[in-house]
Amino acid sequence: MPAVQFINVSRIFGETKAVDNVSIDIQDGEFFSMLGPSGSGKTTCLRLIAGFETLSSGSIRIHGKEATKLAPYERDVNTVFQDYALFPHMTVLENVAYGLMVKGVGKKERNIRAMEALERVALGFTAARKPAFLSGGQRQRVALARALVNQPSVLLLDEPLGALDLKLREQMQGELKKLQRELGITFIFVTHDQSEALSMSDRVAVFNNGRIEQVDSPRELYLSPRTAFVAQFVGTANVLNSDLSLRLTGLAGSRSIRPEHIRLTPQPQADSNIVQVSAILKDIHFQGAATRYELALDGGERLFVSEPNNLAASLQTYFQTGQPVVACWNRDAMVALLEG
Amino acid sequence: MHSKRAPWLLKLSAWGGLVFLHFPLLIIAVYAFNTEDAAFSFPPKGFTLHWFAVAAGRHDILDAVWLSVQIACYATVIAMVLGTLAAAALYRRNFYGKNSITLLFMLPIALPGIITGLALLNAFHAAQIEPGMLTIVIGHATFCMVIVYNNVIARFRRITHSLIEASMDLGADGWQTFRYIILPNLSTALLAGGMLAFALSFDEIIVTTFTAGHERTLPIWLLNQLGRPREVPVTNVVALCLMVLTMIPILGAWYLTRNGSDVAGDGK
Amino acid sequence: MDISMTPYEKRARRGRALITFLHHRPGFYLALLLVPPLLWFGAIYLGSLFALLWQGLYTFDDFTMTVSSTLTTANLRALFDPVNADIIIRTVSMALLVSFFSAVLAFPIAYYMARYITGKKKAFFYVAIMLPMWASYIVKAYAWTLLLSKGGVLQWFLEHLGLEPLLTAMLSLPGIGGNTLSTSGIGRFWVFVYIWLPFMILPIQAALERLPPSLIQASEDLGAKPWQTLRYVIFPLAVPGIAAGSIFTFSLTLGDYIIPQLVGPPGYYIGNMVYSQQGSIGNMPMAAAFTLVPIVLIAVYLSMVKRLGAFDAL
Repeated sequence: MPAVQFINVSRIFGETKAVDNVSIDIQDGEFFSMLGPSGSGKTTCLRLIAGFETLSSGSIRIHGKEATKLAPYERDVNTVFQDYALFPHMTVLENVAYGLMVKGVGKKERNIRAMEALERVALGFTAARKPAFLSGGQRQRVALARALVNQPSVLLLDEPLGALDLKLREQMQGELKKLQRELGITFIFVTHDQSEALSMSDRVAVFNNGRIEQVDSPRELYLSPRTAFVAQFVGTANVLNSDLSLRLTGLAGSRSIRPEHIRLTPQPQADSNIVQVSAILKDIHFQGAATRYELALDGGERLFVSEPNNLAASLQTYFQTGQPVVACWNRDAMVALLEG
Repeated sequence: MHSKRAPWLLKLSAWGGLVFLHFPLLIIAVYAFNTEDAAFSFPPKGFTLHWFAVAAGRHDILDAVWLSVQIACYATVIAMVLGTLAAAALYRRNFYGKNSITLLFMLPIALPGIITGLALLNAFHAAQIEPGMLTIVIGHATFCMVIVYNNVIARFRRITHSLIEASMDLGADGWQTFRYIILPNLSTALLAGGMLAFALSFDEIIVTTFTAGHERTLPIWLLNQLGRPREVPVTNVVALCLMVLTMIPILGAWYLTRNGSDVAGDGK
Repeated sequence: MDISMTPYEKRARRGRALITFLHHRPGFYLALLLVPPLLWFGAIYLGSLFALLWQGLYTFDDFTMTVSSTLTTANLRALFDPVNADIIIRTVSMALLVSFFSAVLAFPIAYYMARYITGKKKAFFYVAIMLPMWASYIVKAYAWTLLLSKGGVLQWFLEHLGLEPLLTAMLSLPGIGGNTLSTSGIGRFWVFVYIWLPFMILPIQAALERLPPSLIQASEDLGAKPWQTLRYVIFPLAVPGIAAGSIFTFSLTLGDYIIPQLVGPPGYYIGNMVYSQQGSIGNMPMAAAFTLVPIVLIAVYLSMVKRLGAFDAL
């Protein structure tokens, strides 16, 4: 049985459709991410699961049970909030024990269990402090412990890593993934950072304008994007519209080709399986592990190429801006996109 | 900007203004301890506590004080309950008529006291209610409510909503959330509002003179004394005590609400 | 996890049903919250206000000194009689004067507080202004009667500084003078200014505090001298605060009836006119009609200062 089911769910605010007829099944025990730009509806969906928003139509089932009528405190779901929402007037331990306290668990027992949860995130030593005296990363872990101590079957995470700096964020990503595997419960993770979603999830749903464009494993999402939006939001992509694709490759219909699948050569090559396009090199950006080239095609369109900077790629030293080059890629590397 | 030194003229006017504000109050204090009988005179002739003893023995003064205290207590309690209810209703939701209701709650403070006083007196006459302690309490509670409302709603707005959501997410229902999360965060603002309301009620004179009938609160007693030049020393003592008595809750309320930014979700 | 319910949970179950009922019906919950205060306000406050205004239309028989419920506009028309109009003009001009001079006096204090001091010193200033503001109104008025009286403090100072002739000269001026200091127009003026001054200082100070320092720096960067920055940048942005403070000084002066009685030359203000009409004379309709004047004037004043941004600065 799926842990969470959306069945034709819509959430309408006046004129705007924040969530537009969304249906998904989130499986038990999976790390599921909702990815999309701001305003795409992913956070609203999360809040619908938690019970903070009411849906306009459709239904939501949690473990098969209709959840639409249930208040947040009646659902077996816990949330880690974007601003952590730690209660400022309570100590860290009291914060973590809160969920147990309101259920009537006795003081001694709840303090023991809260302490265990804190130890699991390596913050046992902060138990007596107030949240104001913790760092951002520590607060984030306390929020996590507070949610997990209640042993929910589904954990919702609302962009919890957004406020952390890069190194800390990467570290937390690894820890969260490990935690989810250990606990075996369903994690539903909302983010606008596609690399974050890709690295942690079993499956990702890509949101755009209140709708889901694609739900797939990270690998499938990257290698086989279904729409132009997904192709460009997950990683970077060159999207060739139908006319351009026809002109360059002889094939109709929109296609996408990843910059790293394109190679630059000074001269054309002879191979019918390879698409070859002549262009002028407009700009060169050095990006550390790779170099990014911006090309201008005959019709003025832009094409982006990314080549790794390794010892074997001595070709790059030959290129200068303004130089005519040939961009080539394997036909099979292109992905056909759905129109519209 | 704050570290620049102020031009001396500005500094002088600022401190001068402060002195101007406090000078009359200091005069009262000085006179209260004055030995001289006709205490208009200046400079003071000597230092004594004699008049304090006289004042303490006067029944009319003690009655007036007791009446003022009672009225202030009743009015404050009513104000705290109704003001908090109103603040809870209005701090977040938007609904039809919200702006008019907000404006309505501002009126007792915005309109001059004579209007409120006269309106209430007129209404009591029409309803054939004899002016007395009840009518005074009703009048006071009406504008004390506004004070409590202002204090509480400001604090309500500073409780980030995600705290309430987090509490419900963790399993606490509406009542538990109110008890464990909202009330502790509200308590100092509630107390401050209550203290201000108490001070305001204790000191009120304009509306009270209309609704008092034959009762005499302390400010009314003081007003009547102004026509009795021979009792000036005692009047001075009472004036000083009234001033100090109302200042204490004010200071308390200020102390409770001076940290405007201890909010949750504030630290990330 | 143990899934059987604790006794606590069993007890809570019953209460929870009610709470969840309210949770799902926010409108009902809102009504529950609002009804008690609204009932109070609607019935007691608004009701009596309208009843009062309605009274203004009743007739007062001068001979029998009784009120009858025959509707008439006589009271309202009487407001335009020279005597009454005089009272209104006197009150309004004092209200405007007091507002203006309070603003002038308050601005340096507020400016100093907002821009030149921080931390403990600022807190000290804030408390130092708040205390006189909340100190008992009647005590303050009483203190001034002592100050202004013959043989009182001010008299003493003036004698010892040899400024008596100045006082006599001032007292002989028409309009602001009078027989003694405590029965002079200027005496009354100063009492008003004194009592409302803190109400003017705090909004101006708040408005100045909100001024981003970067604006002043930008002005200086572009070459403006300090007085130019004050005139072109700071002052215009302080206007909402001044307007907000003036709401208090204007409406409070307009409705005051105690200070005109205690200090100053004889001559009615709207406040004591209302008081005497309903008191000894018992002419409630006329008193009600008179209260219409401050209501209308304040409403007009509020709409004027709203455009200056006063409401945002309160």
